Amino acid sequence: MEDASVNGGAEEAQQSEVDADRDRIRVLSGATDTAASFQFEGEDHTLGNVLRYIIMKNPDVEFCGYSIPHPSETKMNLRIQTYDGVNVYDVLEKGLDDLMDLCDVVINKFTIARDDFNARRGQTA
Amino acid sequence: MPVPSHEELERRRRVGINAETVADVTSTDFPGHWPGENHEWNLDHFSNTFKVQFHTNAHFDSSFSLIGLDASVANAFRRILLAEIPTLAIETVYMVQNTSIIQDEVLAHRLGLIPLKGDRKALNWLRWCKKATEDDPEGNTPTDYNTIILELKMKCEWQEGGLERAAAGETDPDKLYKNHSVYAKDMVWKPVGKQSEVFAADRPIEPVHPDLLIAKMRPGQRMDMSLHAVKGIGQDHAKFSPVATASYRLLPTIDILSPITGTDAKKFARCFPKGVISLQPLTSKDVESHPELEGKEGEVKAVVSDPMRDTVSRECLRHPEFKDKVKLGRVRDHFIFRVESTGQWDSDELFLESVRLLKVKCQRVKRGLDAMNR
Repeated sequence: MEDASVNGGAEEAQQSEVDADRDRIRVLSGATDTAASFQFEGEDHTLGNVLRYIIMKNPDVEFCGYSIPHPSETKMNLRIQTYDGVNVYDVLEKGLDDLMDLCDVVINKFTIARDDFNARRGQTA
Repeated sequence: MPVPSHEELERRRRVGINAETVADVTSTDFPGHWPGENHEWNLDHFSNTFKVQFHTNAHFDSSFSLIGLDASVANAFRRILLAEIPTLAIETVYMVQNTSIIQDEVLAHRLGLIPLKGDRKALNWLRWCKKATEDDPEGNTPTDYNTIILELKMKCEWQEGGLERAAAGETDPDKLYKNHSVYAKDMVWKPVGKQSEVFAADRPIEPVHPDLLIAKMRPGQRMDMSLHAVKGIGQDHAKFSPVATASYRLLPTIDILSPITGTDAKKFARCFPKGVISLQPLTSKDVESHPELEGKEGEVKAVVSDPMRDTVSRECLRHPEFKDKVKLGRVRDHFIFRVESTGQWDSDELFLESVRLLKVKCQRVKRGLDAMNR
């Protein structure tokens, strides 16, 4: 009985996760292939500012900016405009991929530096 | 494609600090900012230039430098550390009896703020316990996989002969009463269902600081309550924040443009915290390159020895004799992080978790993007 309720909970959690993914991002009206505003649900300056930075690093991007339209709504708007013929969706996707690569590098280098530091401290102590 | 010189790149890394103003605050490493230069995101370039230096690393406190990052990325890590890493904290208190002078709601709030620790792997296994809201009146019922139950049962009584001693004028509560102080260690974890298997026996759920004083009682007063702890994030309530503080500052720079010597040097050193400026004797080489120092050989000069200890008080800029001899600044991409854990995590692990979480956030958005395009 105990087990059944545990498994039931897992499936339920997975289903709600899929639903949550769908509601996580939407495109605001007036979007074209080269200019669109995305609305992120449940995101704030944390992701907004890094995404803006990494997308602005893309030379195909004419403009990228983010805003939080209202402080008591958990929504974040991200505007992307690209130069001729470059698809905004691809640009957003590339931004996310670049950011994930960045995280991997940070994790790697941080772990190495920490282990080095701990080992050296172990020797002197 | 023009490539800026090393000096130019170093100049661009500096944020200027003047007596009353700051200069060159925003980063300019974007395509299109500098004509003809390439500032496109390049992973190889990033992994070659990004550096980590550790300064201290302890359970409750670690400090390290991240060099070569943009402020937006460093700030994302900091914000995730404060508000988005899940921890366990007491969320609901069921009071059977509380006759202490601390009111129920005040006591419940105090209990919520007590940092708890336990088997990290098992805490990861723990699921969210969603509260019933207006949109979702159901919520989750507490079960073994989303709720940790602690019990707090204390009763204050007279010691043997305490009453007589009190009548005789004794005032020391240690000599009069039993259980007059309720400490965090008096909360006892009651494993439910699978919890006793999942949690390693040597790492039970317990308060990080066992001697934290919760309340004081007098004979006849009693506490009997059951505490439900759940997983949550700092965004929801500060009690879930895994850090006491997580902050960063930029590495200060002090450039001495022309030599500061003699009594001036001593005065200059006093403008900074201890250890930032050291005094060294003038060498014949200094005199050669600065003819105005003729005959001052053997006097002391000010040398910057540890700018990291500077608090950037700008005191030196208040004195006219130093005004044109020194340039203060900060390195735009050198972040000195300080992470102080509340005890549920190791401080260095916390930072790693924040980076992992940023990646998870990206993956989530990507999945959302896929779902939207489908």
